[in-house]
Amino acid sequence: MLPYPLLSASLVLMWLALNGFTLGHLILGSIVAVFTSWGMASLRPAKPRMPKWYLLPKLVAIVLYDIVRSNIAVASILVAGRGKRFKSGFITVPLDLQSPTALAVLAVVVTSTPGTAWLEYNSLSRTVLIHVLDLVDEAEWQALIKGRYEALLMEIFE
Amino acid sequence: MSTIEHAADLPAWAALAVSFFLVIGAGLTLIGTIGFVRLPTFYERIHAPTLGTSWGTGGIVMASMIFFTVLSTRLVVHEILIGIFVTVTTPVTLMLLARATLHRDRVEGNPGVPGEAPAETGEGDGAAAGAD
Amino acid sequence: MSQMILSWSMMFAQVCLVVAMALAALRMSRGPRAQDRVLALDTLYVNSMLLLMVFGIRTGKVIYFEASLVIGMLGFVATVALAKFLMRGEVIE
Repeated sequence: MLPYPLLSASLVLMWLALNGFTLGHLILGSIVAVFTSWGMASLRPAKPRMPKWYLLPKLVAIVLYDIVRSNIAVASILVAGRGKRFKSGFITVPLDLQSPTALAVLAVVVTSTPGTAWLEYNSLSRTVLIHVLDLVDEAEWQALIKGRYEALLMEIFE
Repeated sequence: MSTIEHAADLPAWAALAVSFFLVIGAGLTLIGTIGFVRLPTFYERIHAPTLGTSWGTGGIVMASMIFFTVLSTRLVVHEILIGIFVTVTTPVTLMLLARATLHRDRVEGNPGVPGEAPAETGEGDGAAAGAD
Repeated sequence: MSQMILSWSMMFAQVCLVVAMALAALRMSRGPRAQDRVLALDTLYVNSMLLLMVFGIRTGKVIYFEASLVIGMLGFVATVALAKFLMRGEVIE
């Protein structure tokens, strides 16, 4: 009946949020959610696994804190402008993550923190190319991504 | 400059909080766009709009949520949807654009771009691009 | 007093966002390459979305939030299609 319960639940919630919380919209949204999850099931059979989903709030807290911190850092770089020199560059980071969902979450985290941008993932050598705006020490950035995000994502998804 | 009529019974602390978040959000967006105009290469410029999409959007969403929750004129859900939507879609567009740019730079043989399929770890030094 | 601060900060936010949109348009016209223009278009979309949200707070109407959702969605689809075009040379394969 419901191959993707989380997807269906969030679809119903979004439908109600956009249209108003009434019984009619609850029924209509549920019908839409059920049919969408059937369509989803025929598109992609592999289900994302999240054994330790209760660690997600910790990840969200870490990411929010880092977003605030790097916003301040990038804004000060941009305001200082020409006066203060900064060196930007590419780094490659080897990853041990396997799950596609975890990789997607890591990509969203890396890109949405200002100052780092996820460029491309090489699935053969399992490395990722990241561009860093303020590249002082390459090993430090690699250690940051591996230690701060990847370890936690490994714990959540694998 | 007239005051806003429907905000007449907004308490002072809420008005100050809304003002603070509005100024922070819009200011960070403006700083990001200034950097977008001033930075010299494309790969540096790709960082500038993320200021607007992270705390720029976050600040204005927070301001709007506080405003309408305190006034309680309607349920606060549209802002959360907008925030989630922007957070999820920005990395997708930036990643696609960056990959397209890498592809184009490699095809044209531009200098300062890491080659196809970075083979081993710790190879980034030689390929790192300078600041300008 | 707080009402004055509120209305002035709304004015400030609107001016900031309009200037940001003008700067993005400047980058779009200046280029120098196609990917810069696409990124500038994406920035323009996000900024206009934020401007509509500030309008929504200012007028207290829900319709502006619907509009900004639609603009955000259109901007996303447009940028993805343009990036795909830059990558392959055609949108539909």
